[in-house]
Amino acid sequence: MRHIVSILLENEAGALSRVSGLFSARGYNIESLTVAPTEDATLSRMTIVTSGSDEVIEQITKQLNKLVDVVKVVDLSDGEHIERELMLVKVRAIGKDREEMKRMADIFRGRIIDVTDKDYTIELTGTGSKLDAFLKAIDRAAILETVRTGASGIGRGDRVLRA
Amino acid sequence: MSMTGAEIVVRCLQEEGVEHVFGYPGGAVLFLYDALFKQTRVKHVLVRHEQGAIHAADGYARSTDKPGVALVTSGPGVTNAITGIATAYMDSIPLVILTGQVPTAAIGQDAFQECDTVGITRPCVKHNFLVKDVRELASTIKKAFYIASTGRPGPVVVDIPKDVTTHQCDFEYPEKVAMRSYNPVVKAHSGQIKKAIQVLMEAKRPMVYTGGGIILGDAAPQLTRLVRLLGLPCTNTLMGLGGFPATDRHFLGMLGMHGTYEANMAMQHCDVLLAIGARFDDRVIGNPKHFFEEPRTIIHIDIDPSSISKRVKVDIPIVGNVREVLEELLRGLEASKARPDEEALKTWWTQIELWRGRDCLKYDHTSAIIKPQSVIQKLYEVTGGKAYVTSDVGQHQMWAAQFYKFDEPRRWINSGGLGTMGFGLPAAVGVQLAHPDSAVACVTGEASIQMCIQELSTCKQYRLPIKVVNLNNKYMGMVRQWQEFFHGNRYAESYMDALPDFVKLAESYGHVGMRIDKPEDVEPALIEAFSRKKDLVFMDFTTDQTENVFPMVPGGKGLSEMILV
Repeated sequence: MRHIVSILLENEAGALSRVSGLFSARGYNIESLTVAPTEDATLSRMTIVTSGSDEVIEQITKQLNKLVDVVKVVDLSDGEHIERELMLVKVRAIGKDREEMKRMADIFRGRIIDVTDKDYTIELTGTGSKLDAFLKAIDRAAILETVRTGASGIGRGDRVLRA
Repeated sequence: MSMTGAEIVVRCLQEEGVEHVFGYPGGAVLFLYDALFKQTRVKHVLVRHEQGAIHAADGYARSTDKPGVALVTSGPGVTNAITGIATAYMDSIPLVILTGQVPTAAIGQDAFQECDTVGITRPCVKHNFLVKDVRELASTIKKAFYIASTGRPGPVVVDIPKDVTTHQCDFEYPEKVAMRSYNPVVKAHSGQIKKAIQVLMEAKRPMVYTGGGIILGDAAPQLTRLVRLLGLPCTNTLMGLGGFPATDRHFLGMLGMHGTYEANMAMQHCDVLLAIGARFDDRVIGNPKHFFEEPRTIIHIDIDPSSISKRVKVDIPIVGNVREVLEELLRGLEASKARPDEEALKTWWTQIELWRGRDCLKYDHTSAIIKPQSVIQKLYEVTGGKAYVTSDVGQHQMWAAQFYKFDEPRRWINSGGLGTMGFGLPAAVGVQLAHPDSAVACVTGEASIQMCIQELSTCKQYRLPIKVVNLNNKYMGMVRQWQEFFHGNRYAESYMDALPDFVKLAESYGHVGMRIDKPEDVEPALIEAFSRKKDLVFMDFTTDQTENVFPMVPGGKGLSEMILV
């Protein structure tokens, strides 16, 4: 099953490799991984999307907690949460496709953030499945390039992860 | 007072009460060696290979309750140390390893003797540090000792670039360490302990299974009290030997792949299993599916939450320091009058005695060729069971575990997790330095001993009167045994031709060498060797080449599916 795990860790050199090394050494999956410093610059917040049986997920959270640089770990999938991913897509936009592409971007609440006479770059935010849906909805041949951040997650309401 | 980085490192070691540093100098650590040279409190022990330095520090740590300390240079110094570090990591041994690094400006430039120490050691350390600022040196070393020796212990590497050892700053050694990201659990959940007591009281066929955690957690007295109080059968893992007195009638011997018949059968057929400081690894429970064919309630006490429900599903997990948990368990038991069902326990013991009657460790006592088991048995008798015994890895290790009855913790020193051939002799160096007046035996084989034979030279330099018990069957015995059982007697590359003359070899290092070929000479040789209090004696026993370790649970088989002699 898919899980989204949130980690608060020391913003130290090598902290990321401790986490990624743990996943590869123990054969856990990483679907996506995002990390950046928080409002407290000594801390980083990481979101990992992974999959596995309940036993595997339990081990993943325990093993993560064991890393000396890790301050806190929470499996967001355990409760109400929100997740968002950012995607930038460069698409061909010539002739009559130009208008159609603009319309599709609007429908998906995307924003065109760069324009040339041949292409658009569209910024799109949402859950992973929404981004997938956009890519399916447009003409595949029109896609020149995509770049996705991977999911970031946060608990709903008073579910707060802090040091 | 302003000091150089090198002086700070040495002062930190003094503050930590470090007696011995095991190491080998090199370019990146020259200032550190210079600082060591200028003082006398911390004694440096010069090994002959960095692997030996780590194993020696490891042996020192295992036989005491103090962390071992090693010092190696950058690049090859570090890569040579990796096997030692991984060995300590697998067995959760507290070590602080100081490694030299090229100067900060040269890092990443493919400099001479540069390697990514933090990267290379990361998967086999509890934690590691690269210190780029001399002002962080003292606090980092403090953290290293703290992390290494608290929680589930383990090796910690502190990588120090050469220029940092020359930079100056004021020295201040922190008294305490506070880390928001590292707070090992000590006190266990009382409710869980109450539940555990209740389940134990209702057990009809209870069993206690303990591992290295009892040794590392210094909980042998508590375990012994608990087992005797309730009259339960008890088994130890390879790492846990000495956690419970082997001569006590409650002790069923070691369990696992080469465990006793009675221990493995009782483990398989118990209805309540109390597991303490053990991790149900593949060499212990065999095939997990087969293990679960028999229903049982499992109580698991461990300081590391990730060891619980990792390989087997646990019913009552208790996370905490094993000694504290056992103390609380004992208080609870002593306060109540409840005891396990006496009749059921009696029936259970009757069954266990039947299994014990199988005499699974029997061997031919009339052989004209020396039986390796008999050497260990004589070693046990000659040393009165009081020796510190280190071992290498293979058949001799299993025979030592089966036939030397350890009544005390920290006497049995071996590489259980990683299974590192070459561990025994350098480990004995650390053990003998920690216990200069005690008998230290290194049980080994002609294959293992050659992997770190160079440390015979270290033994000479420090006059270490270690007794090497070499069970020489000219084969990598355990490899040969598997080839006999599972590979149609095809002994691919397991026969060692062109062995050195170990007697002459020992003599060339300045030690005493003995060759023992006849069974009747075994005991006199051991008596003579141990009476030489000042000499390292290398005893080369010519043993039966065909002997195998029994019982044996073949890989993938269940615990009760043993091959018996």
